[in-house]
Amino acid sequence: MSEALELLGQDIVARAPGVLGHSVAFGELTIVARAASVIDTLTFLRDDAACRFHQLIDLTGVDYPERAARFDVVYHLLSLVKNHRIRLKVSTDEDTPVPSVTPVFPVADWFEREAFDMYGIFFDGHPDLRRILTDYGFHGHPLRKDFPMTGYVEVRYDDELKRVVYEPVKITEFRAFDFLSPWEGAKYALPGDEKAQ
Amino acid sequence: MGVIVPGNSSPVPALSAGRSTVEGYDPKLHDPFFDGVSQQLADKGFITAAADDLITWARTGSLMWMTFGLACCAVEMMQASMPRYDLERYGFAPRASPRQSDVMIVAGTLTNKMAPALRKVYDQMPEPRYVISMGSCANGGGYYYYSYSVVRGCDRVVPVDIYVPGCPPTAEALVYGVLQLQKKIRRTGTIER
Repeated sequence: MSEALELLGQDIVARAPGVLGHSVAFGELTIVARAASVIDTLTFLRDDAACRFHQLIDLTGVDYPERAARFDVVYHLLSLVKNHRIRLKVSTDEDTPVPSVTPVFPVADWFEREAFDMYGIFFDGHPDLRRILTDYGFHGHPLRKDFPMTGYVEVRYDDELKRVVYEPVKITEFRAFDFLSPWEGAKYALPGDEKAQ
Repeated sequence: MGVIVPGNSSPVPALSAGRSTVEGYDPKLHDPFFDGVSQQLADKGFITAAADDLITWARTGSLMWMTFGLACCAVEMMQASMPRYDLERYGFAPRASPRQSDVMIVAGTLTNKMAPALRKVYDQMPEPRYVISMGSCANGGGYYYYSYSVVRGCDRVVPVDIYVPGCPPTAEALVYGVLQLQKKIRRTGTIER
């Protein structure tokens, strides 16, 4: 299986437009491509006789805050004809938009809205790029690593105003639930540990 | 109670004693049929009830609940009204409209986005209205207490009468919560609320 994927990857790198490289890990083929030409790459993967990746299974983002181009956009494709799966990665930063792949795969519409909502990745040419999951008027992009887990606002019902109001988050205390984690400085000693010292 | 005339000695035919225009009517004579009923009641004693008890009895016996399933707790809520636990035997029947319901079961995670909608639905319910908070998420945020998008307990948005703990609570737990709500209504119920 891995050999076939390796051959497929080499074939795609040789022929597909805008592809930078490929790797096979855990029996899965990953292709890295340039963001600017992702439409051409995906069109090739969809239409080429050796690929036939007709289904876009998933489109999502990954945040690597230490990188200059901090976001990866990941496309998962399935070929029912060839019984293959493939992963395509392109990278971008906070300001550079990635071309929307809705002309190639119409299902990407809501996936790209989700990636925009969660990471703030912009998609150029998307028909309706707005938030899809978070609250109306939500501030920030919650799956970014620098987004605070508790967010910025919480809601409650105000009896005077007779409506649900938004307020800054009040909780500051975070509890460590993992009392026995060896990385949190647990003091138990296992038999045989003294030999290591 | 009056004098009971034994036998069929009365000249008034049965069931006509109340008609004062009937010829030959004598209010001193009694209709044997009503005398019989009166006798039966006198044997068994009187039935009296406080108005409060009657009202709470009627209230607890027909608690129409509004389905507000938000997450996995809703599946257990469905189970509670399915034949195995059969909440309808308590008169606890599901209604699709808040305007016809007395109880709202908040079953599941209440998110910030859903909170105004939940309050709007609650405001549409007629008085007296009750809220059962079902599951950890609705009780106090639960697993999502530190989340950026979840209300830390639905009691921040609506007043809650009964908290049913669990993640999710079993259908039995919800049935127990319903019985507790009935008990609470019996204990505190008045005409006004």
